[in-house]
Amino acid sequence: MRPEREDLGGARAHQTRLLDVDGLQALIDALLGRGFTVIGPTVKAGAIVNAAIGGVADLPRGWGDDQDAGRYRLRRRDDEMLFGFASGAQSAKPVFFPTHEVLWRGERAGPGFSVERTEQAEQDGPYALIGVRSCDLSAVGIQDTVLLCRRYDDHAYAARRAEAFVVAVTCSDPGGTCFCVSMGTGPHPEPDRGAPYDLALTELLDAGGHRFVVEVASERGAELMDQIGAGAAAAEEMDAAAGVAEDAAGRMGRSLDTFELKELLYASAESPIWDAVAQRCLACTNCTAVCPTCFCTSVEDVTDLTGDVASRNRVWDSCYNADFSYIHGGTVRASTKSRYRQWMTHKLGSWIDQFGMSGCVGCGRCITWCPAAIDITEEAAALRAEGAGSASGGARQP
Amino acid sequence: MSPAQTIEQYLPSHPFFAGLDDEAIALVTGCAVNAHFRPGQHLFREGEPADTFFVVRSGRVAIQMRLPTQAAVLDTAREGDVVGWSWLVPPYRWTFDAVATEETSVVSIDGACLRGKCETDPALGYALLQRVVQVMSTRLHSARVRLLDLYGSRP
Amino acid sequence: MTAPTTMLPRPFRVTRTSRDTQDTRTLDLEAVDGAPLTFAAGQFTMLHAFGVGEVPISISGDPGRPETLRHTIRNVGSVSRALAGASAGTVLGVRGPFGTGWQVRDGHGGDVVFVAGGIGLAPLRPAILEVCRARGDYGRVALLYGARTPEDILFGDDLRSWGADHDIDVEVTVDSGPHAWRGNVGLVTQLIDRAAFDAARTLALICGPEVMMRHSAVALGDRGVPRSRIRLSMERNMKCGVGLCGHCQLREYFLCLDGPVLAYDVLEPLMAQAEL
Repeated sequence: MRPEREDLGGARAHQTRLLDVDGLQALIDALLGRGFTVIGPTVKAGAIVNAAIGGVADLPRGWGDDQDAGRYRLRRRDDEMLFGFASGAQSAKPVFFPTHEVLWRGERAGPGFSVERTEQAEQDGPYALIGVRSCDLSAVGIQDTVLLCRRYDDHAYAARRAEAFVVAVTCSDPGGTCFCVSMGTGPHPEPDRGAPYDLALTELLDAGGHRFVVEVASERGAELMDQIGAGAAAAEEMDAAAGVAEDAAGRMGRSLDTFELKELLYASAESPIWDAVAQRCLACTNCTAVCPTCFCTSVEDVTDLTGDVASRNRVWDSCYNADFSYIHGGTVRASTKSRYRQWMTHKLGSWIDQFGMSGCVGCGRCITWCPAAIDITEEAAALRAEGAGSASGGARQP
Repeated sequence: MSPAQTIEQYLPSHPFFAGLDDEAIALVTGCAVNAHFRPGQHLFREGEPADTFFVVRSGRVAIQMRLPTQAAVLDTAREGDVVGWSWLVPPYRWTFDAVATEETSVVSIDGACLRGKCETDPALGYALLQRVVQVMSTRLHSARVRLLDLYGSRP
Repeated sequence: MTAPTTMLPRPFRVTRTSRDTQDTRTLDLEAVDGAPLTFAAGQFTMLHAFGVGEVPISISGDPGRPETLRHTIRNVGSVSRALAGASAGTVLGVRGPFGTGWQVRDGHGGDVVFVAGGIGLAPLRPAILEVCRARGDYGRVALLYGARTPEDILFGDDLRSWGADHDIDVEVTVDSGPHAWRGNVGLVTQLIDRAAFDAARTLALICGPEVMMRHSAVALGDRGVPRSRIRLSMERNMKCGVGLCGHCQLREYFLCLDGPVLAYDVLEPLMAQAEL
């Protein structure tokens, strides 16, 4: 089952606290003290990447980012904001849904074999995530639906999600490829959407100092705030925090018209726009790798040299891979065109029929990290401009 | 590349229409237009209403069947070939896909219109059916012999 | 909700093998722990050859006798080769059963037409056995079966018994055959045109290569069988069998959860699309 949201009751104002930078360190120390592996954004190899952190010193202090189609650069800010960038290269997905997961190990025994489930997931956690963007929070919520709320559950994912402590963060500097507003997923974490979280920070850096307005969303979060002695936030601080979110909402880099988008995609299967995109798409699978909701996997059966010991591993896969749709006799989606169409139709269309919501959270990573600078919002707009009808290929004369 | 002859000049000299009287030729010509297909464009698709047939003036058309993992080419039609007889066979639906594999120029003939004319003019109907049956006979014979898979495992 | 063991293969011992055709074998399996695997006709399992891999295989056995798990396997790749080549005593891994079944009981009180192409007869066999078990609940029952050559005809004994003892109109045709073959030569859709059934009251179940299923569905539709009463068993790449790996999607349908059996009114627009 998916992790449950708590109903705290009581006035929200009492749940809003204030922390300074030392307070943030105290929060991280408290989480480490409770045995969490704390994961947060760090600067590495010219990008913001999530990694295990020991404290505030590991965070990207004073770093911002420039993102556009096929472009990602870090830039130095002229202040010391810790979360003053739009999005890291990866979302929270790899924490709960790693690229490799051992499903079971087995040994041959006579004419048969014995297998046992590995407990890898239980050994790695629990995780505390610092700085989860609202869009990524929605993505975790979507993956909770996909992987935990249907006929069969992904047990490894469930184990990783179970104890996770989530500190979300409001975006102050959305990027050139962001469109969370179009998708209704941000820029401010809301308790009634996306995955449940424990605390939501809004970073303020102005004449009043460098501080964080902390909205408490769980009992654990409240306990931790009490433990480190965080005081209540004043009304001006809360207003300032609300202003950050409002301001960010007005600075989206992209937008996507989602009105009847599924129907449009279903009807556009023959559109020449797919052929046009296919001229550019390399089927490199970057977009599916950085997408926070993509969940396709494959299995690998690995044996040792004797063939007597085997393990079955789950690994990330992508619908762009050539053999993804292989059935004996050939591949169903052999052309790049059909694979791009599959990905986009699924993400923005059939996902809704399957899971009850769009698969896209507007994080923009697929646009940023596409080496061919293909922009899903542009392609959707092109399809909409072409009209709901499909263009057939023939030059049929009357 | 525009065709050197008009339809009025081209059709009567085409073997498929040889022997038709002037009135019939005029009728057919009146139902015909030139059309051009780029490589990869469909002339028709399996399942769609079959109200046309085509005389290939230049280029190449692949008659193919859509399989889950590929499109299998079962026949090709070249300059001078006639493509399509489903316009004469109920339920008047295409049973294969036809795709141009080169720049292809065709004369596209309105089979629905001709069908109507054949209902009221049995002589015309017989004349057209005679010609279409010859095309079908050739293709059926070809398909059956290829079914033998002579180049495969049989001696 | 899932047991954590859904991803773990259960050991099943091969108790009997038989050669159906040059590239097809039928295996009978029994659970090492003795617990029978109950299944619905049309479901499949993920069959695992230790150290080689796992593939989805439709169950071809009798749903009324679940203590024996039967699979008919065609050798088309490294895993199916290992499975088809397994000898009696070998232990294979089984996960499942998965997927939607034929639900042939929906044909109660009416006619049932089974249309099988090639190895497609194997996934239909459990439904045919279900009908045989309760023959009085159905009207006219026909099995129309197309094979490549007479040597590729599966389950010859069953075909004879179904025709002789269970009042099923069994018609077989081959694509081509030697002169000694005295039966039909032609397409299975030609058998549809000739079969006797009351279209308005018919449930049609089709299994075989996708093109054959598509054409058979059209032929049945032309005879007047409602599209919602024509069911096909669709095939796509499968890795997990439980709807989590994403491989088996046919637009919005996960063939391991929403299928593999789907109705033609749903499938018709999807099958008209190339590379879907």
